[in-house]
Amino acid sequence: MKAVEPPASNSVVRRPLNWKKRLPRMNWRGSLAVGAFFIAWHFLVLLKAPGFREVSSPVEVFQTFINQYLNSPKYWNSWLASFQRVIYGFVLAQILGIPLGLLLGTRETFHKLVYPIIEILRPIPPLAWVPISILFWPTTELSIVFITFIGAFFIIVINVHDAVRNIKKEHYWLALSLGASSGQVFRRIMLPSVIPSIAVGMTLGMAVTWNVVIAAEMIASDSGLGRLTWEGYVSHTVPVVIIGMISIGLAGYLSTIAVDYVEKKMMPWRTTR
Amino acid sequence: MNAATLSGELVVTALRKWYHRRDQAPVHVLEDCSFRIEPGKLTVVMGTSGCGKSTLAYILSGYVKPDAGQVTMDGKPVHGPGPDRIMVFQETALWPWMTVTENIVFGPLARSDVTRKEVTQKALGLLRKFGLSEFKDKYPGQLSGGMKRRAELAQALINSPKVMILDEPFRGLDVMTRELMQEYYIELFEETRLTTVFITSELEEAIFLADRILIMGDAPSRIVSSIEVDLPHPRTFDVLASERYLEIKKEAIEVLYSESMQHAE
Repeated sequence: MKAVEPPASNSVVRRPLNWKKRLPRMNWRGSLAVGAFFIAWHFLVLLKAPGFREVSSPVEVFQTFINQYLNSPKYWNSWLASFQRVIYGFVLAQILGIPLGLLLGTRETFHKLVYPIIEILRPIPPLAWVPISILFWPTTELSIVFITFIGAFFIIVINVHDAVRNIKKEHYWLALSLGASSGQVFRRIMLPSVIPSIAVGMTLGMAVTWNVVIAAEMIASDSGLGRLTWEGYVSHTVPVVIIGMISIGLAGYLSTIAVDYVEKKMMPWRTTR
Repeated sequence: MNAATLSGELVVTALRKWYHRRDQAPVHVLEDCSFRIEPGKLTVVMGTSGCGKSTLAYILSGYVKPDAGQVTMDGKPVHGPGPDRIMVFQETALWPWMTVTENIVFGPLARSDVTRKEVTQKALGLLRKFGLSEFKDKYPGQLSGGMKRRAELAQALINSPKVMILDEPFRGLDVMTRELMQEYYIELFEETRLTTVFITSELEEAIFLADRILIMGDAPSRIVSSIEVDLPHPRTFDVLASERYLEIKKEAIEVLYSESMQHAE
């Protein structure tokens, strides 16, 4: 935060990610509303409005953050821990879920065998898996990654499965007329036509993954942003709770930007419109 | 082009087709449907919507198997889709994830007939001919309706098909573009004499393009009437004002009218 500032901002500008476009656009009305939100919050706390007795003011939160958290390795390790779990769970869900969705969509026998199991397991909320997951996996870390994985897995499987089944018959037929082999049809027609649904699955999956990881950390872990927030509550240090909440929001937002970027790279034909 | 090189004769005999869909009453689409598509001629198949025109096109292309009857192409029975019969669909079938050029070279490369260099050269030639040179690296989503249709024609022609099957290809285009595309196709046909099965529900389009019009009845349908269109080639929109055009139109309307009256009773 000292001398390193100029080069850091420079490198951000040069990145292919166009941050200016991705940050929420705010005109003066927007800025006014955000300012009003913080002022209202501050005064409601000052006036001890009902419900606000226990809440700390934005100034207090900011001070706590600067003094105790900004330079605290423990705080940044919470970020790291949560992000790691999200990435492991999310990536694993894509690696296993996309091929499974493709198989379910294309192989009739496989579909008849496996799809009913998916239909039974899918409605179980990821958090309902917490106890059995803790019993099953040897470490808490593995069980949290597993629960996170579950959160994104069924979404991507169902999305890819439906996409394969809804491929436009003309797209498929035309390739057959032109003499494409089944391997070519798979690679050049089927895979690209499910990419938009993979993208939808990724966006939804990322959102669910963060929900799940925070809750799982509160229940079962001793690290991560969810745990940080929960510890703030247990030790009755409200500024920490709010710092945790804002950090989780920010982390989710950054993940959405990353997923968005990957999706645009996967579908060049969508972005050149 | 002399008669010996003309090929693409389709003989359709006694087709029957039922559609069985789960939770729905079966639909009888075709019954005893027989006709012959002459090589080097443009045959228009006309009928009201829902009479089974598209089903017939799918059977000719080999995508759908009939329950009875058969289709032969130059004497050989049709068992499935192949590059000798290429269909242009009602809705665009260009693959949105490939550029225009990639869409066009797909067929020859898939069959590994030629090298990529050769086929790209050929594709560029076709794109020039179809006025799409500037759009060779665009994606289909960036093209207008008329340009998509032309790109599809290029995509089909690069495979040197013997028969083109067009299923209401200009439906959904605005009137101006539609007329341009009709003119475009008739010029292309007059130049290549590529055997064509053109499906439409528009009478004016049918007469303007056709050498012969086959009229389908209502489902379960068969060909109820065949009208020779002896308007002169090369065709221009001037023929729409000729006396012969009006005679043919009158004849066709009578057939269509009596057919719909029969079913109304």
